[in-house]
Order: sequence, then C-alpha cells, then structure tokens
Amino acid sequence: MASSPIAPWEKKAFAASVFGLGLTGVAQMPIFSRYYIADIPGFAWLGDFVFTHMLHYALAAVFLYFAFRFAATYVLAGRRDHPLTASGAVRVAVYAALIVTGAVRMVKNLSWVYMGEWPVLVVDWTHLFLAMVLLGAVLWARGGDRRRYTALSRR
Amino acid sequence: MKRRAFLKTLGLAGAATAAAAVPGLAAEKPAAPGTVLATLFDLSQCIGCGACVEACREANANRYPEPKKPFPPMYPSRVPVEDWSDKRDVDDRLTPYNWLFIQSATVEHQGKSLEVHMPRRCMHCQKPPCANLCPWGAASKTASGSVRINTDICLGGAKCKTVCPWSIPQRQTGVGLYLDLLPSLAGNGVMYKCDRCHARMAAGGLPACIEACPNEVQSIGPRDEIVAKAHELAKAMSGFIYGETENGGTNTIYVSPVPFEAIQAASPPGPGRPTLAPVTDAMSFETSLAAAAVVAPIAAVAGAVLRAAKRNTDAKEHRHG
Ligand code: HEM
Ligand code: SF4
Ligand code: SF4
Ligand code: SF4
Repeated sequence: MASSPIAPWEKKAFAASVFGLGLTGVAQMPIFSRYYIADIPGFAWLGDFVFTHMLHYALAAVFLYFAFRFAATYVLAGRRDHPLTASGAVRVAVYAALIVTGAVRMVKNLSWVYMGEWPVLVVDWTHLFLAMVLLGAVLWARGGDRRRYTALSRR
Repeated sequence: MKRRAFLKTLGLAGAATAAAAVPGLAAEKPAAPGTVLATLFDLSQCIGCGACVEACREANANRYPEPKKPFPPMYPSRVPVEDWSDKRDVDDRLTPYNWLFIQSATVEHQGKSLEVHMPRRCMHCQKPPCANLCPWGAASKTASGSVRINTDICLGGAKCKTVCPWSIPQRQTGVGLYLDLLPSLAGNGVMYKCDRCHARMAAGGLPACIEACPNEVQSIGPRDEIVAKAHELAKAMSGFIYGETENGGTNTIYVSPVPFEAIQAASPPGPGRPTLAPVTDAMSFETSLAAAAVVAPIAAVAGAVLRAAKRNTDAKEHRHG
C-alpha cells in the first residue's frame, strides 16, 4: 500500500483546526485588545473572550475528530512497516498532551466539578506551555525532511 | 426568624452556638466538606447600617494591596493605570480596598415608599466566567461553592472583570506577579474581590459580614436548603428573588420585598456598582460543546473502523474475484 489512507482535504482540515485552536487559545490572553489587533477592521471578534472561548471549544471537537480518525486509521491499517518518524512522534506526543490537558480544562469548567486550585493552575500552565511547544514543533517539522509523520515503507 | 433557629434549619446549629458564644469560633457541626454552600440575603431586614462593610474591611485589611510607586511604565500608553491606594476610604462602590458595599434606594411599591438596602459583592456563580475563562489559572471555584482569585498568581489583565456579568473584580496596578515578569508589556496588577472569607470558613468560622450584622440579614448553608428557604421567605413577604437563576445559577440569593428592577431604576449601575438586570447564562454553550468534544472522537473511530472493514472486504473480493 503506497498511497496514504488519509485524504489531502482531511490533512488540510486538521491543520486549519490546529491553527484556529492556537489563535483562539492565544486570544484567551488579554493581549489582542491591548496590542490593537482587535482594532483592525474585521478582527474585533479576537477581543471577544466569550466568543473565542466558544470557538476554542468548537474547534477542539473538530480537531479531536480528525486526530482520532487519523490515529484509528493508522492503527487499523496495521502499517507496522510505516513507523512514526522522529518529528511525527514528537508532534503526536505534544498533541496527545494538549488533548489531555485541554480535556481536563473542559471538565473543570462543568458546573458540578470542583477540582481544587492547584490542579487548575498546573493544568492551565501545562496547556499553555504545550501550546508554545507545539508551535516550536510544527515550525521545526516544516524544515528539512521532517514533514512526514510516518516513514516510507521499508519493503 | 431568630438566627439560631434559622441556622438550625440549615443544619448549622453548631455554628450558631459557637458563633454566639465566641464570634468566629469553629463550628461544632459544619456542613460536610464538599457541600456547595450559598448565602441568603433577606433585604427586608437590612437597615443599611454598614456594619458588614466595616467588618469586611477589618477582616481583610491585611490582604489589601500595598503597591510600590512609581508604577513601571506600561506599553502601549492606552493601558490604564488603576490606582485606589490613595482612595482606600471609598465605600460606596467596589474597589480593591472595598469588596462589599451597600446599594441603597428609595422605591415606590404598591403605593408605599420603601427604603431598601442591598449589600453587594461577588455573586459566587456556579458557572463563573471569571474562573472558567482565566487563562492563567489564577481564578477558580472552590469545593464549597465560592470563587477565589489567587492574588499571588493574578497578573491583573482584568479579563475576569470583562467577562463577569456584574464586573465584580477590581484592579490595583503596581502589585503582584507581573512586576517580576514583563511589567511594561503584560499584566497590570492584581484583581481583588470577595472570596466569601475563604480562610475564615476553612478554619470553621463564618464570613465576617455575616457575623457582624445586627439584624441577621445573611445566612449561609447548603445551596438546596438556602434556595428552599429563599422561596419560603419570598412567598411570606410576596417578595422577589435575585441570584438563583442569574448567569445559570449563583450561590448568592437575595430576597427583596420590592422588585429588583425598581431598585435598579432608583439606583442605577455604574463603575464598581454592579447591575441588577436579569443575567442569562453566559456559559450555557460549554456543556453542549464539551459533549460534542466527547462524541467527535468516538464518531471518528467508528468511521475509521467501518472504512477499514470495507477496505478489507473489497480487498478480499478483489483477491477471490
Ligand atoms: C491543538 C492544539 C491546541 C492549542 C494550540 C491550544 C491552545 C490553547 C491556548 C494557548 C489556550 C490559552 C491558554 C491557557 O488557558 O492555557 C488554551 C485554552 C484552553 N484550551 Fe486549548 N489548545 C489546543 C487544543 C485543545 C483541546 C484539544 C482542548 C479540549 C479538549 C482544549 C481546551 C482548552 C480549554 C478548555 C481552554 C481554556 C478555556 C479558554 O480559555 O478558552 N484545547 N488552549
Ligand atoms: S450589617 Fe446587616 S443590617 Fe447592616 S447593612 Fe449590613 S446586612 Fe444590612
Ligand atoms: S459574580 Fe463575577 S466575579 Fe463573582 S463568581 Fe460570578 S463571574 Fe466571578
Ligand atoms: S464574605 Fe468576607 S470577603 Fe466577602 S463581603 Fe463578606 S466579609 Fe467581605
């Protein structure tokens, strides 16, 4: 099987959801209004915390759909002869950790869940730190010969 | 109703006894840990004496900000400096040095003129936008149903105030963690508000404002009991309720003999003076979108399994066919 079982449009949709999550995530810090970005015509919504928070939630669902679809497809295809590349493994690990910390943040926001102040703080800082690590990992993966998640068949 | 009897119905008789003997002493029989507590304000009993405001200021004075001056310059220049350190006496609105104030209004109701006083502070929402949206983990709910801002961590971006339907948290520039990070470029001090006397409660005591009131206006207890009590009280005085359903439900319930719109009309909101308008649930989307985030990966895996199964059958047919 030489061709990827994942269609190009799926990869594009995944990338778009990651970009959107990064943008709406950064918008959670009160900086777009401070630094005039929300003043640019058409970008006022970036200064609306509740709206970008809602978008982050919605994009998380889109992101999770594709992330799990790719992971399941990879596992089910039984492509043991296509191991993850180093850059692929790094990105998968960062995404997985973002999913876990993001999910914890969603859970703690449910009205009946009380998580304690220190767990909230630690999970919050970890999610933020991971978002920065992801930015680094994605930029790094763009360079050289590191774009592919999986190695070409050894056969 | 007398305070003892009242607290007894709330299962806090121990607290009543202890508090009656030695103010602030640990309750003998506090509510089980993890019980969400709410407070009830019976506005028909409030005389606006301000003893609660005084008590709050006294109990929390050692937690008030002591900013260093001059403040570091902040960029861009439109970032506002908010300095209340020379106006600590202001007590007719919320400030970093005043977490409770009395909103007074003269209201015409059913042909009578009534003087109403309403102690105002953080509502302690059940789905607090301030805590759910804090991007720095500084604001959070507690197991007892109060909402706190950790003043050691807060950077003073004031997002919590922007997203709070009542604009409760108040900023003081020139204090806090941001001074140790990038004071000119990010952050702007620390946000302050009522934390329902977290330390006193943790030590088994009562909030200072509850204890100081000569008229037993406030009571505190498990939320369902407080809600039931509020409805009883409202029925008895043909009164009105605020806070039970506002913003999806809060742990602060006011019962008033006059409509809250009338109080709002006679004493309009303004800076540091929160609204009394009905507040819809700002965070209602969270639960449904969180559900979508659970369903999406399940659907994705199911879809991938079906696709793989189809591929397999196709491949088999191809081989056999
Ligand atoms: C793939 C990439 C993702 C990136 C780059 C990203 C980035 C961010 C950033 C920068 C923040 C604000 C800082 C913070 O509060 O920590 C944030 C907040 C948050 N993220 Fe993510 N995130 C991602 C995925 C997810 C996922 C998958 C979920 C849920 C399962 C999630 C849930 C949340 C929640 C609940 C918050 C706090 C609420 C808010 O302020 O909107 N994130 N994210
Ligand atoms: S101490 Fe009691 S009566 Fe006096 S203003 Fe406060 S709540 Fe009202
Ligand atoms: S009233 Fe405002 S500050 Fe208080 S818990 Fe609700 S959102 Fe937070
Ligand atoms: S509960 Fe404590 S902090 Fe809140 S208003 Fe009363 S005295 Fe002040």
